[in-house]
Amino acid sequence: MRNKLHRWGPPILLIAPSAVLIGVFVYGLIGVNFNTSLTDNIRGQTTGYVGLENYTTLFSDDTFMYSLRNLAIYTLAFLAGTLFFGFLWAWLLERGVRGEGIFRTVYLFPMAVSFVASGVVWRWLLNSNTGDSASGLNRGLDMIGLGFLQNSWWTDETWGIFAIAVPAIWQLSGYIMALFLAGFRGIPEELREAARMDGASEWKLYRHVIFPQLSPVALSAIIIIGHMSLKVFDLIMAIAGQTNYTTQVPATQMWIAFTRGEYSVAAAIGTIMLLVVAVMIVPYLVHNYRAERNR
Amino acid sequence: MTTQLVDDATPAPPRSARPDTSRRRRRTARTAKYLLLLVFLMGVMIPAYVLFVTSFKSLGEATPTRAWALPTEWYTGGWERAWDALSPALGRTFALVIPSSIVSAVLGSMNGFVLARWRFPYADLVFTLMLFGMFIPYQAVMIPLVELMQGLNVPSGIPSLFVLHVVFGLPICTLIFRNYYASVPEDMIEASRVDGAGMLRTYASIVLPLSAPGFVVVLIWQFTSAWNDFLFAIFFSNAQNGPVTISLNFLASGQLQDYSASMAGALIASFPTLIVYIVLGRWFIGGLMSGSVKS
Repeated sequence: MRNKLHRWGPPILLIAPSAVLIGVFVYGLIGVNFNTSLTDNIRGQTTGYVGLENYTTLFSDDTFMYSLRNLAIYTLAFLAGTLFFGFLWAWLLERGVRGEGIFRTVYLFPMAVSFVASGVVWRWLLNSNTGDSASGLNRGLDMIGLGFLQNSWWTDETWGIFAIAVPAIWQLSGYIMALFLAGFRGIPEELREAARMDGASEWKLYRHVIFPQLSPVALSAIIIIGHMSLKVFDLIMAIAGQTNYTTQVPATQMWIAFTRGEYSVAAAIGTIMLLVVAVMIVPYLVHNYRAERNR
Repeated sequence: MTTQLVDDATPAPPRSARPDTSRRRRRTARTAKYLLLLVFLMGVMIPAYVLFVTSFKSLGEATPTRAWALPTEWYTGGWERAWDALSPALGRTFALVIPSSIVSAVLGSMNGFVLARWRFPYADLVFTLMLFGMFIPYQAVMIPLVELMQGLNVPSGIPSLFVLHVVFGLPICTLIFRNYYASVPEDMIEASRVDGAGMLRTYASIVLPLSAPGFVVVLIWQFTSAWNDFLFAIFFSNAQNGPVTISLNFLASGQLQDYSASMAGALIASFPTLIVYIVLGRWFIGGLMSGSVKS
Protein backbone atom coordinates (compact mmCIF):
# COMPACT_ATOMS: atom_id res chain seq x y z
CA MET A 1 0.00 0.00 0.00
CA ARG A 2 2.71 2.48 1.00
CA ASN A 3 4.72 1.38 -1.98
CA LYS A 4 1.81 2.08 -4.29
CA LEU A 5 1.28 5.48 -2.76
CA HIS A 6 4.94 6.21 -3.15
CA ARG A 7 4.81 5.18 -6.79
CA TRP A 8 1.54 6.68 -8.00
CA GLY A 9 1.19 9.55 -5.53
CA PRO A 10 3.46 12.09 -7.23
CA PRO A 11 2.07 11.79 -10.78
CA ILE A 12 -1.49 11.94 -9.49
CA LEU A 13 -0.65 15.01 -7.41
CA LEU A 14 0.95 16.70 -10.39
CA ILE A 15 -2.10 16.21 -12.58
CA ALA A 16 -4.62 16.85 -9.80
CA PRO A 17 -5.04 20.63 -10.25
CA SER A 18 -5.94 20.27 -13.92
CA ALA A 19 -8.07 17.20 -13.34
CA VAL A 20 -10.06 18.99 -10.64
CA LEU A 21 -10.49 22.12 -12.77
CA ILE A 22 -11.71 20.13 -15.75
CA GLY A 23 -13.86 17.96 -13.51
CA VAL A 24 -15.60 21.01 -12.09
CA PHE A 25 -15.71 23.31 -15.12
CA VAL A 26 -16.59 20.67 -17.70
CA TYR A 27 -18.37 17.76 -16.06
CA GLY A 28 -19.72 19.56 -13.02
CA LEU A 29 -21.11 22.46 -14.99
CA ILE A 30 -22.59 20.19 -17.67
CA GLY A 31 -24.56 18.61 -14.83
CA VAL A 32 -25.61 21.94 -13.35
CA ASN A 33 -26.56 23.17 -16.81
CA PHE A 34 -28.77 20.17 -17.41
CA ASN A 35 -30.36 20.72 -14.04
CA THR A 36 -30.99 24.39 -14.88
CA SER A 37 -32.62 23.34 -18.16
CA LEU A 38 -35.25 21.45 -16.15
CA THR A 39 -36.30 24.56 -14.24
CA ASP A 40 -37.97 27.87 -15.06
CA ASN A 41 -34.83 29.86 -14.31
CA ILE A 42 -35.13 33.54 -15.29
CA ARG A 43 -31.92 35.53 -14.70
CA GLY A 44 -30.90 33.21 -11.88
CA GLN A 45 -34.31 33.26 -10.15
CA THR A 46 -36.26 30.02 -10.18
CA THR A 47 -39.52 28.81 -8.69
CA GLY A 48 -38.90 25.12 -9.31
CA TYR A 49 -38.70 22.26 -11.76
CA VAL A 50 -40.79 22.11 -14.92
CA GLY A 51 -39.58 18.75 -16.22
CA LEU A 52 -38.76 18.61 -19.90
CA GLU A 53 -41.03 21.53 -20.74
CA ASN A 54 -38.17 23.71 -22.04
CA TYR A 55 -37.20 20.95 -24.44
CA THR A 56 -40.70 20.27 -25.70
CA THR A 57 -41.25 23.99 -26.20
CA LEU A 58 -38.02 24.23 -28.20
CA PHE A 59 -38.82 21.26 -30.40
CA SER A 60 -42.23 22.67 -31.23
CA ASP A 61 -40.81 26.12 -31.93
CA ASP A 62 -40.53 26.79 -35.66
CA THR A 63 -37.58 29.14 -35.36
CA PHE A 64 -35.59 26.65 -33.30
CA MET A 65 -36.34 23.83 -35.71
CA TYR A 66 -35.32 26.10 -38.56
CA SER A 67 -32.05 26.81 -36.73
CA LEU A 68 -31.36 23.06 -36.45
CA ARG A 69 -32.06 22.65 -40.16
CA ASN A 70 -29.67 25.52 -40.90
CA LEU A 71 -27.03 23.91 -38.73
CA ALA A 72 -27.30 20.61 -40.63
CA ILE A 73 -27.02 22.31 -44.02
CA TYR A 74 -24.15 24.50 -42.86
CA THR A 75 -22.25 21.49 -41.50
CA LEU A 76 -22.62 19.52 -44.72
CA ALA A 77 -21.52 22.46 -46.85
CA PHE A 78 -18.61 23.30 -44.56
CA LEU A 79 -17.39 19.68 -44.51
CA ALA A 80 -17.76 19.18 -48.25
CA GLY A 81 -16.07 22.48 -49.08
CA THR A 82 -13.09 22.18 -46.76
CA LEU A 83 -12.45 18.52 -47.63
CA PHE A 84 -12.68 19.30 -51.35
CA PHE A 85 -10.33 22.28 -51.35
CA GLY A 86 -8.08 20.87 -48.65
CA PHE A 87 -7.55 17.65 -50.53
CA LEU A 88 -7.22 19.34 -53.92
CA TRP A 89 -4.58 21.79 -52.68
CA ALA A 90 -2.62 19.07 -50.89
CA TRP A 91 -2.80 16.87 -53.99
CA LEU A 92 -1.56 19.71 -56.21
CA LEU A 93 1.27 20.50 -53.82
CA GLU A 94 2.34 17.05 -52.65
CA ARG A 95 4.95 16.35 -55.36
CA GLY A 96 7.51 19.15 -55.36
CA VAL A 97 6.05 22.38 -56.64
CA ARG A 98 8.29 25.37 -57.08
CA GLY A 99 7.29 28.01 -54.54
CA GLU A 100 5.40 25.46 -52.45
CA GLY A 101 6.09 27.44 -49.31
CA ILE A 102 4.39 30.53 -50.72
CA PHE A 103 1.28 28.66 -51.82
CA ARG A 104 1.06 26.85 -48.48
CA THR A 105 1.51 30.04 -46.48
CA VAL A 106 -1.17 31.89 -48.43
CA TYR A 107 -3.66 29.02 -48.39
CA LEU A 108 -3.25 28.65 -44.64
CA PHE A 109 -3.13 32.29 -43.53
CA PRO A 110 -6.92 32.80 -43.10
CA MET A 111 -6.69 30.29 -40.26
CA ALA A 112 -4.73 32.82 -38.18
CA VAL A 113 -7.48 35.44 -38.44
CA SER A 114 -10.47 35.56 -36.11
CA PHE A 115 -13.96 34.88 -37.44
CA VAL A 116 -14.94 38.32 -36.19
CA ALA A 117 -12.27 40.04 -38.29
CA SER A 118 -12.96 37.97 -41.39
CA GLY A 119 -16.67 38.53 -40.81
CA VAL A 120 -16.09 42.26 -41.34
CA VAL A 121 -14.84 41.78 -44.87
CA TRP A 122 -17.20 38.93 -45.73
CA ARG A 123 -20.16 41.04 -44.73
CA TRP A 124 -19.04 43.50 -47.39
CA LEU A 125 -18.30 40.74 -49.93
CA LEU A 126 -21.64 39.00 -49.36
CA ASN A 127 -23.63 42.21 -49.73
CA SER A 128 -27.04 41.22 -51.05
CA ASN A 129 -27.70 44.26 -53.25
CA THR A 130 -27.89 43.46 -56.96
CA GLY A 131 -27.96 45.46 -60.17
CA ASP A 132 -26.73 49.04 -60.01
CA SER A 133 -26.41 49.18 -56.26
CA ALA A 134 -24.49 45.89 -56.12
CA SER A 135 -21.19 45.91 -54.31
CA GLY A 136 -18.97 43.17 -52.98
CA LEU A 137 -19.00 39.82 -54.76
CA ASN A 138 -22.17 40.67 -56.68
CA ARG A 139 -20.43 43.69 -58.21
CA GLY A 140 -17.30 41.62 -58.86
CA LEU A 141 -19.29 38.90 -60.62
CA ASP A 142 -20.90 41.54 -62.80
CA MET A 143 -17.51 43.00 -63.70
CA ILE A 144 -16.14 39.68 -64.94
CA GLY A 145 -19.26 38.92 -66.97
CA LEU A 146 -20.83 36.50 -64.54
CA GLY A 147 -23.62 38.86 -63.54
CA PHE A 148 -26.19 36.06 -63.76
CA LEU A 149 -24.56 34.52 -60.67
CA GLN A 150 -25.53 37.53 -58.55
CA ASN A 151 -27.69 36.46 -55.68
CA SER A 152 -29.01 37.57 -52.35
CA TRP A 153 -26.44 35.52 -50.36
CA TRP A 154 -27.25 35.09 -46.69
CA THR A 155 -30.58 36.92 -46.83
CA ASP A 156 -32.28 34.04 -48.67
CA GLU A 157 -34.56 32.04 -46.40
CA THR A 158 -33.92 28.66 -48.01
CA TRP A 159 -30.28 28.83 -49.07
CA GLY A 160 -28.95 31.74 -47.04
CA ILE A 161 -27.03 29.55 -44.65
CA PHE A 162 -24.86 28.32 -47.54
CA ALA A 163 -23.49 31.84 -47.84
CA ILE A 164 -22.16 31.63 -44.27
CA ALA A 165 -20.33 28.43 -45.21
CA VAL A 166 -18.37 30.31 -47.88
CA PRO A 167 -16.18 32.32 -45.48
CA ALA A 168 -15.90 29.29 -43.19
CA ILE A 169 -14.56 27.22 -46.08
CA TRP A 170 -12.22 30.04 -47.04
CA GLN A 171 -10.89 30.08 -43.52
CA LEU A 172 -10.41 26.37 -42.79
CA SER A 173 -9.53 24.76 -46.14
CA GLY A 174 -5.86 25.57 -45.60
CA TYR A 175 -5.90 23.67 -42.31
CA ILE A 176 -7.32 20.59 -44.01
CA MET A 177 -4.71 20.99 -46.74
CA ALA A 178 -1.97 20.97 -44.09
CA LEU A 179 -3.41 17.78 -42.60
CA PHE A 180 -3.62 16.03 -45.97
CA LEU A 181 -0.18 17.24 -46.96
CA ALA A 182 1.26 15.67 -43.82
CA GLY A 183 -0.72 12.54 -44.64
CA PHE A 184 0.65 12.37 -48.19
CA ARG A 185 4.19 12.85 -46.94
CA GLY A 186 3.72 10.08 -44.40
CA ILE A 187 3.16 7.50 -47.12
CA PRO A 188 6.41 5.61 -47.60
CA GLU A 189 7.81 5.99 -51.10
CA GLU A 190 8.47 2.22 -51.24
CA LEU A 191 4.75 1.59 -51.03
CA ARG A 192 4.11 3.58 -54.19
CA GLU A 193 7.09 2.01 -55.89
CA ALA A 194 5.95 -1.48 -55.00
CA ALA A 195 2.49 -0.80 -56.39
CA ARG A 196 3.98 0.57 -59.61
CA MET A 197 6.27 -2.46 -59.92
CA ASP A 198 3.21 -4.65 -59.71
CA GLY A 199 1.90 -2.70 -62.67
CA ALA A 200 -0.87 -0.91 -60.82
CA SER A 201 -2.43 1.91 -62.81
CA GLU A 202 -2.35 5.35 -61.25
CA TRP A 203 -6.02 5.08 -60.31
CA LYS A 204 -5.47 1.70 -58.66
CA LEU A 205 -2.48 3.12 -56.80
CA TYR A 206 -4.78 5.76 -55.32
CA ARG A 207 -7.63 3.38 -54.73
CA HIS A 208 -5.62 0.68 -52.96
CA VAL A 209 -2.57 2.44 -51.52
CA ILE A 210 -2.96 6.18 -51.10
CA PHE A 211 -6.60 6.58 -50.05
CA PRO A 212 -6.40 3.88 -47.36
CA GLN A 213 -3.26 5.55 -46.00
CA LEU A 214 -5.02 8.91 -45.91
CA SER A 215 -8.21 7.73 -44.26
CA PRO A 216 -7.08 8.45 -40.66
CA VAL A 217 -6.28 12.01 -41.78
CA ALA A 218 -9.68 12.31 -43.39
CA LEU A 219 -11.31 11.11 -40.18
CA SER A 220 -9.40 13.70 -38.13
CA ALA A 221 -10.41 16.36 -40.62
CA ILE A 222 -14.06 15.41 -40.39
CA ILE A 223 -13.98 15.44 -36.59
CA ILE A 224 -12.24 18.82 -36.45
CA ILE A 225 -14.42 20.55 -39.03
CA GLY A 226 -17.56 18.80 -37.79
CA HIS A 227 -17.21 19.90 -34.19
CA MET A 228 -16.25 23.44 -35.18
CA SER A 229 -19.19 23.60 -37.49
CA LEU A 230 -21.70 22.56 -34.86
CA LYS A 231 -20.56 25.51 -32.74
CA VAL A 232 -20.77 28.18 -35.45
CA PHE A 233 -21.50 31.53 -33.81
CA ASP A 234 -18.82 34.20 -34.31
CA LEU A 235 -19.12 34.30 -38.08
CA ILE A 236 -22.87 34.69 -38.02
CA MET A 237 -22.72 37.41 -35.39
CA ALA A 238 -20.15 39.30 -37.46
CA ILE A 239 -21.81 38.89 -40.85
CA ALA A 240 -25.55 38.85 -40.24
CA GLY A 241 -25.99 39.80 -36.59
CA GLN A 242 -27.94 38.00 -33.92
CA THR A 243 -31.44 39.04 -34.97
CA ASN A 244 -31.29 38.03 -38.62
CA TYR A 245 -33.74 35.17 -39.18
CA THR A 246 -32.22 33.48 -42.23
CA THR A 247 -28.95 32.68 -40.45
CA GLN A 248 -30.29 31.41 -37.13
CA VAL A 249 -28.43 28.43 -35.64
CA PRO A 250 -28.73 26.96 -32.12
CA ALA A 251 -25.79 29.04 -30.87
CA THR A 252 -27.46 32.32 -31.87
CA GLN A 253 -30.76 31.10 -30.42
CA MET A 254 -28.95 30.35 -27.18
CA TRP A 255 -27.40 33.82 -27.09
CA ILE A 256 -30.79 35.45 -27.74
CA ALA A 257 -32.39 33.41 -24.94
CA PHE A 258 -29.57 34.45 -22.63
CA THR A 259 -29.91 38.16 -23.41
CA ARG A 260 -33.65 37.88 -22.77
CA GLY A 261 -32.84 36.41 -19.37
CA GLU A 262 -34.40 33.05 -20.19
CA TYR A 263 -31.57 31.11 -18.56
CA SER A 264 -33.39 27.79 -18.45
CA VAL A 265 -34.16 27.90 -22.20
CA ALA A 266 -30.58 28.90 -22.94
CA ALA A 267 -29.38 25.99 -20.79
CA ALA A 268 -31.66 23.60 -22.68
CA ILE A 269 -30.24 24.77 -26.02
CA GLY A 270 -26.74 24.27 -24.61
CA THR A 271 -27.58 20.72 -23.63
CA ILE A 272 -29.02 19.99 -27.08
CA MET A 273 -25.86 21.34 -28.68
CA LEU A 274 -23.78 19.13 -26.41
CA LEU A 275 -25.76 16.05 -27.38
CA VAL A 276 -25.35 16.81 -31.09
CA VAL A 277 -21.58 17.16 -30.67
CA ALA A 278 -21.34 14.13 -28.40
CA VAL A 279 -22.98 11.85 -30.96
CA MET A 280 -19.99 12.56 -33.15
CA ILE A 281 -17.16 12.97 -30.64
CA VAL A 282 -17.79 10.23 -28.10
CA PRO A 283 -17.42 7.29 -30.53
CA TYR A 284 -14.24 8.92 -31.80
CA LEU A 285 -12.80 9.33 -28.31
CA VAL A 286 -13.79 5.79 -27.34
CA HIS A 287 -12.14 4.49 -30.49
CA ASN A 288 -8.94 6.40 -29.69
CA TYR A 289 -9.01 5.27 -26.09
CA ARG A 290 -9.27 1.59 -27.11
CA ALA A 291 -6.49 1.98 -29.66
CA GLU A 292 -4.35 3.61 -26.99
CA ARG A 293 -4.92 0.82 -24.46
CA ASN A 294 -4.13 -1.91 -26.94
CA ARG A 295 -0.79 -0.39 -27.78
CA MET B 1 -3.94 10.08 -68.61
CA THR B 2 -4.25 11.94 -65.35
CA THR B 3 -1.13 10.22 -64.16
CA GLN B 4 1.31 12.83 -65.37
CA LEU B 5 0.20 15.33 -62.80
CA VAL B 6 1.56 13.42 -59.89
CA ASP B 7 4.45 11.88 -61.76
CA ASP B 8 6.58 14.98 -62.07
CA ALA B 9 9.03 14.32 -59.32
CA THR B 10 9.41 10.55 -59.61
CA PRO B 11 12.19 8.90 -61.52
CA ALA B 12 11.33 8.80 -65.19
CA PRO B 13 9.19 5.79 -66.07
CA PRO B 14 10.29 3.56 -68.92
CA ARG B 15 10.24 5.51 -72.16
CA SER B 16 6.98 5.16 -73.95
CA ALA B 17 6.78 4.49 -77.66
CA ARG B 18 6.19 8.15 -78.46
CA PRO B 19 8.30 10.23 -76.12
CA ASP B 20 7.33 13.49 -77.81
CA THR B 21 3.61 13.36 -77.05
CA SER B 22 4.31 12.15 -73.56
CA ARG B 23 6.66 15.02 -72.84
CA ARG B 24 4.27 17.55 -74.29
CA ARG B 25 1.44 16.15 -72.28
CA ARG B 26 3.51 16.37 -69.14
CA ARG B 27 4.35 19.97 -69.84
CA THR B 28 0.66 20.80 -70.35
CA ALA B 29 -0.20 19.09 -67.09
CA ARG B 30 2.43 21.03 -65.23
CA THR B 31 1.25 24.32 -66.69
CA ALA B 32 -2.30 23.45 -65.72
CA LYS B 33 -1.18 22.66 -62.19
CA TYR B 34 0.58 25.99 -61.72
CA LEU B 35 -2.33 27.86 -63.29
CA LEU B 36 -4.76 26.20 -60.89
CA LEU B 37 -2.53 26.93 -57.91
CA LEU B 38 -2.29 30.59 -58.96
CA VAL B 39 -6.03 30.93 -59.44
CA PHE B 40 -6.64 29.54 -55.96
CA LEU B 41 -3.94 31.79 -54.56
CA MET B 42 -5.68 34.85 -55.97
CA GLY B 43 -9.05 33.59 -54.79
CA VAL B 44 -7.78 33.21 -51.24
CA MET B 45 -6.26 36.69 -51.35
CA ILE B 46 -9.46 38.46 -52.47
CA PRO B 47 -10.67 39.27 -48.93
CA ALA B 48 -7.19 40.54 -48.01
CA TYR B 49 -7.23 42.85 -51.04
CA VAL B 50 -10.66 44.16 -50.15
CA LEU B 51 -9.67 44.79 -46.53
CA PHE B 52 -6.57 46.67 -47.52
CA VAL B 53 -8.09 48.76 -50.29
CA THR B 54 -11.32 49.64 -48.52
CA SER B 55 -9.52 50.63 -45.32
CA PHE B 56 -7.91 53.50 -47.24
CA LYS B 57 -11.08 54.82 -48.87
CA SER B 58 -12.84 57.92 -47.64
CA LEU B 59 -16.54 57.68 -46.84
CA GLY B 60 -17.37 59.47 -50.09
CA GLU B 61 -15.49 56.91 -52.11
CA ALA B 62 -17.16 53.86 -50.59
CA THR B 63 -19.66 53.75 -53.43
CA PRO B 64 -20.71 50.51 -55.16
CA THR B 65 -19.33 51.58 -58.54
CA ARG B 66 -15.82 51.93 -57.15
CA ALA B 67 -16.13 48.89 -54.91
CA TRP B 68 -13.21 46.96 -56.35
CA ALA B 69 -11.06 49.86 -57.49
CA LEU B 70 -8.01 51.25 -55.77
CA PRO B 71 -8.65 54.42 -53.78
CA THR B 72 -8.18 57.59 -55.82
CA GLU B 73 -6.49 59.13 -52.82
CA TRP B 74 -5.12 57.14 -49.92
CA TYR B 75 -7.15 58.36 -46.99
CA THR B 76 -6.08 57.40 -43.46
CA GLY B 77 -9.12 58.67 -41.54
CA GLY B 78 -10.52 55.13 -41.28
CA TRP B 79 -7.31 53.89 -39.70
CA GLU B 80 -7.37 56.75 -37.19
CA ARG B 81 -10.97 56.06 -36.19
CA ALA B 82 -10.23 52.34 -35.93
CA TRP B 83 -7.17 52.93 -33.81
CA ASP B 84 -9.11 55.20 -31.45
CA ALA B 85 -11.81 52.57 -31.10
CA LEU B 86 -9.51 49.57 -30.64
CA SER B 87 -6.31 50.68 -28.95
CA PRO B 88 -7.56 50.39 -25.34
CA ALA B 89 -8.89 46.91 -26.10
CA LEU B 90 -5.60 45.89 -27.71
CA GLY B 91 -3.74 46.53 -24.47
CA ARG B 92 -6.34 44.57 -22.49
CA THR B 93 -6.14 41.67 -24.93
CA PHE B 94 -2.37 41.39 -24.55
CA ALA B 95 -2.76 41.56 -20.77
CA LEU B 96 -5.25 38.70 -21.00
CA VAL B 97 -3.74 36.46 -23.62
CA ILE B 98 -0.08 36.36 -22.61
CA PRO B 99 -0.49 35.33 -18.95
CA SER B 100 -3.32 32.91 -19.64
CA SER B 101 -1.31 31.17 -22.37
CA ILE B 102 1.69 30.82 -20.08
CA VAL B 103 -0.33 29.39 -17.19
CA SER B 104 -2.16 26.83 -19.30
CA ALA B 105 1.08 25.87 -21.07
CA VAL B 106 2.82 25.18 -17.74
CA LEU B 107 -0.10 23.10 -16.46
CA GLY B 108 -0.36 21.35 -19.82
CA SER B 109 3.31 20.47 -19.72
CA MET B 110 2.97 18.82 -16.31
CA ASN B 111 -0.10 16.88 -17.40
CA GLY B 112 1.47 15.87 -20.68
CA PHE B 113 4.57 14.55 -18.93
CA VAL B 114 2.61 12.48 -16.45
CA LEU B 115 0.22 11.11 -19.07
CA ALA B 116 2.93 10.22 -21.54
CA ARG B 117 5.89 9.19 -19.44
CA TRP B 118 5.04 8.70 -15.75
CA ARG B 119 1.81 6.90 -16.06
CA PHE B 120 -0.48 5.79 -13.27
CA PRO B 121 -3.45 3.40 -13.31
CA TYR B 122 -6.29 4.73 -15.50
CA ALA B 123 -4.05 7.40 -17.03
CA ASP B 124 -5.61 6.80 -20.44
CA LEU B 125 -9.10 7.16 -19.04
CA VAL B 126 -8.18 10.44 -17.34
CA PHE B 127 -6.64 11.65 -20.58
CA THR B 128 -9.72 10.77 -22.63
CA LEU B 129 -12.01 12.48 -20.10
CA MET B 130 -9.83 15.61 -20.25
CA LEU B 131 -9.83 15.56 -24.01
CA PHE B 132 -13.60 15.63 -24.13
CA GLY B 133 -13.40 19.13 -22.66
CA MET B 134 -11.77 20.30 -25.87
CA PHE B 135 -14.71 19.34 -28.04
CA ILE B 136 -17.71 20.43 -26.00
CA PRO B 137 -19.71 23.41 -27.19
CA TYR B 138 -19.12 25.91 -24.40
CA GLN B 139 -22.79 26.83 -24.57
CA ALA B 140 -23.38 23.60 -22.65
CA VAL B 141 -21.70 25.10 -19.56
CA MET B 142 -22.25 28.80 -20.19
CA ILE B 143 -25.27 29.54 -18.00
CA PRO B 144 -23.87 27.92 -14.82
CA LEU B 145 -20.50 29.45 -15.69
CA VAL B 146 -22.02 32.93 -15.68
CA GLU B 147 -23.68 32.20 -12.34
CA LEU B 148 -20.49 30.66 -10.91
CA MET B 149 -18.30 33.61 -11.86
CA GLN B 150 -20.85 36.00 -10.39
CA GLY B 151 -21.09 33.85 -7.27
CA LEU B 152 -17.32 33.84 -6.84
CA ASN B 153 -17.27 37.60 -7.45
CA VAL B 154 -14.78 37.34 -10.27
CA PRO B 155 -15.01 40.72 -12.01
CA SER B 156 -16.35 40.62 -15.57
CA GLY B 157 -13.90 41.44 -18.33
CA ILE B 158 -10.27 40.39 -18.28
CA PRO B 159 -10.19 38.58 -14.88
CA SER B 160 -13.11 36.30 -15.80
CA LEU B 161 -11.74 35.64 -19.24
CA PHE B 162 -8.31 34.81 -17.80
CA VAL B 163 -9.80 32.04 -15.67
CA LEU B 164 -11.83 30.68 -18.57
CA HIS B 165 -9.00 30.64 -21.08
CA VAL B 166 -6.72 28.87 -18.62
CA VAL B 167 -9.28 26.22 -17.72
CA PHE B 168 -10.66 25.53 -21.16
CA GLY B 169 -7.19 25.69 -22.70
CA LEU B 170 -6.00 22.81 -20.51
CA PRO B 171 -7.25 19.93 -22.71
CA ILE B 172 -5.50 21.06 -25.88
CA CYS B 173 -2.30 22.00 -24.04
CA THR B 174 -2.27 18.60 -22.35
CA LEU B 175 -2.85 16.88 -25.68
CA ILE B 176 -0.06 18.70 -27.47
CA PHE B 177 2.45 18.11 -24.66
CA ARG B 178 1.44 14.49 -24.30
CA ASN B 179 2.08 13.86 -27.98
CA TYR B 180 5.29 15.83 -27.77
CA TYR B 181 6.66 13.96 -24.74
CA ALA B 182 5.71 10.64 -26.28
CA SER B 183 8.60 11.34 -28.65
CA VAL B 184 11.12 11.76 -25.81
CA PRO B 185 13.06 8.47 -25.72
CA GLU B 186 11.82 6.16 -22.99
CA ASP B 187 15.44 5.21 -22.18
CA MET B 188 16.27 8.70 -20.94
CA ILE B 189 13.41 8.60 -18.48
CA GLU B 190 14.28 5.04 -17.44
CA ALA B 191 17.93 5.91 -16.92
CA SER B 192 16.94 8.75 -14.65
CA ARG B 193 14.59 6.44 -12.74
CA VAL B 194 17.31 3.84 -12.32
CA ASP B 195 19.60 6.53 -10.97
CA GLY B 196 17.03 6.99 -8.26
CA ALA B 197 15.64 10.32 -9.38
CA GLY B 198 12.07 10.96 -8.37
CA MET B 199 9.38 12.16 -10.69
CA LEU B 200 9.89 15.86 -10.08
CA ARG B 201 13.65 15.54 -10.50
CA THR B 202 13.18 13.68 -13.77
CA TYR B 203 10.69 16.24 -14.99
CA ALA B 204 12.82 19.21 -14.02
CA SER B 205 16.22 17.95 -15.12
CA ILE B 206 15.44 15.68 -18.09
CA VAL B 207 12.10 16.62 -19.57
CA LEU B 208 11.79 20.39 -19.09
CA PRO B 209 15.10 21.22 -20.82
CA LEU B 210 13.81 19.35 -23.89
CA SER B 211 10.46 21.12 -23.84
CA ALA B 212 11.19 24.39 -25.62
CA PRO B 213 9.70 23.37 -28.99
CA GLY B 214 6.61 22.01 -27.23
CA PHE B 215 6.19 25.28 -25.38
CA VAL B 216 6.52 27.30 -28.56
CA VAL B 217 3.78 25.26 -30.24
CA VAL B 218 1.46 25.43 -27.24
CA LEU B 219 2.02 29.14 -26.63
CA ILE B 220 1.34 30.00 -30.26
CA TRP B 221 -1.78 27.88 -30.24
CA GLN B 222 -3.11 29.35 -27.02
CA PHE B 223 -2.17 32.88 -27.99
CA THR B 224 -4.03 32.59 -31.27
CA SER B 225 -7.14 30.94 -29.95
CA ALA B 226 -7.47 33.23 -26.93
CA TRP B 227 -6.78 36.30 -29.08
CA ASN B 228 -9.46 35.26 -31.57
CA ASP B 229 -12.03 34.18 -28.99
CA PHE B 230 -15.40 35.83 -29.28
CA LEU B 231 -17.81 33.45 -27.52
CA PHE B 232 -16.47 33.76 -23.96
CA ALA B 233 -15.77 37.42 -24.59
CA ILE B 234 -19.37 38.24 -25.47
CA PHE B 235 -20.72 36.47 -22.37
CA PHE B 236 -18.14 37.80 -19.94
CA SER B 237 -17.20 41.30 -21.08
CA ASN B 238 -18.35 44.37 -22.96
CA ALA B 239 -16.79 47.00 -25.21
CA GLN B 240 -15.51 48.91 -22.17
CA ASN B 241 -13.64 46.07 -20.47
CA GLY B 242 -13.37 43.32 -23.08
CA PRO B 243 -10.83 42.09 -25.61
CA VAL B 244 -10.35 43.38 -29.12
CA THR B 245 -12.83 41.02 -30.82
CA ILE B 246 -15.65 42.63 -28.87
CA SER B 247 -14.53 46.16 -29.70
CA LEU B 248 -14.13 45.24 -33.35
CA ASN B 249 -17.57 43.71 -33.50
CA PHE B 250 -18.95 46.84 -31.83
CA LEU B 251 -17.13 49.07 -34.31
CA ALA B 252 -18.23 47.05 -37.35
CA SER B 253 -21.87 46.58 -36.44
CA GLY B 254 -22.67 50.21 -35.84
CA GLN B 255 -25.77 51.68 -37.47
CA LEU B 256 -23.69 53.83 -39.77
CA GLN B 257 -21.64 51.42 -41.85
CA ASP B 258 -18.18 52.93 -41.60
CA TYR B 259 -16.46 50.45 -43.89
CA SER B 260 -13.05 52.10 -43.96
CA ALA B 261 -12.84 52.13 -40.16
CA SER B 262 -14.16 48.59 -39.72
CA MET B 263 -11.82 47.16 -42.36
CA ALA B 264 -8.87 49.00 -40.87
CA GLY B 265 -10.02 47.69 -37.49
CA ALA B 266 -10.16 44.12 -38.78
CA LEU B 267 -6.57 44.49 -39.98
CA ILE B 268 -5.42 46.01 -36.68
CA ALA B 269 -7.13 43.26 -34.69
CA SER B 270 -5.59 40.54 -36.87
CA PHE B 271 -2.12 42.02 -36.90
CA PRO B 272 -0.65 40.24 -33.84
CA THR B 273 -1.81 36.77 -34.84
CA LEU B 274 -0.72 37.32 -38.44
CA ILE B 275 2.74 38.37 -37.28
CA VAL B 276 2.96 35.24 -35.14
CA TYR B 277 1.83 33.17 -38.11
CA ILE B 278 4.35 34.69 -40.49
CA VAL B 279 7.32 34.70 -38.12
CA LEU B 280 6.68 31.39 -36.38
CA GLY B 281 4.77 29.66 -39.16
CA ARG B 282 6.58 26.35 -38.83
CA TRP B 283 5.50 25.93 -35.22
CA PHE B 284 2.04 27.23 -35.97
CA ILE B 285 1.57 24.34 -38.35
CA GLY B 286 3.03 22.02 -35.71
CA GLY B 287 0.28 23.15 -33.37
CA LEU B 288 -2.38 22.55 -35.99
CA MET B 289 -1.08 19.03 -36.47
CA SER B 290 -1.08 18.22 -32.78
CA GLY B 291 -4.54 19.67 -32.57
CA SER B 292 -5.75 16.79 -34.69
CA VAL B 293 -5.67 14.33 -31.78
CA LYS B 294 -3.83 11.53 -33.55
CA SER B 295 -0.34 11.20 -32.15
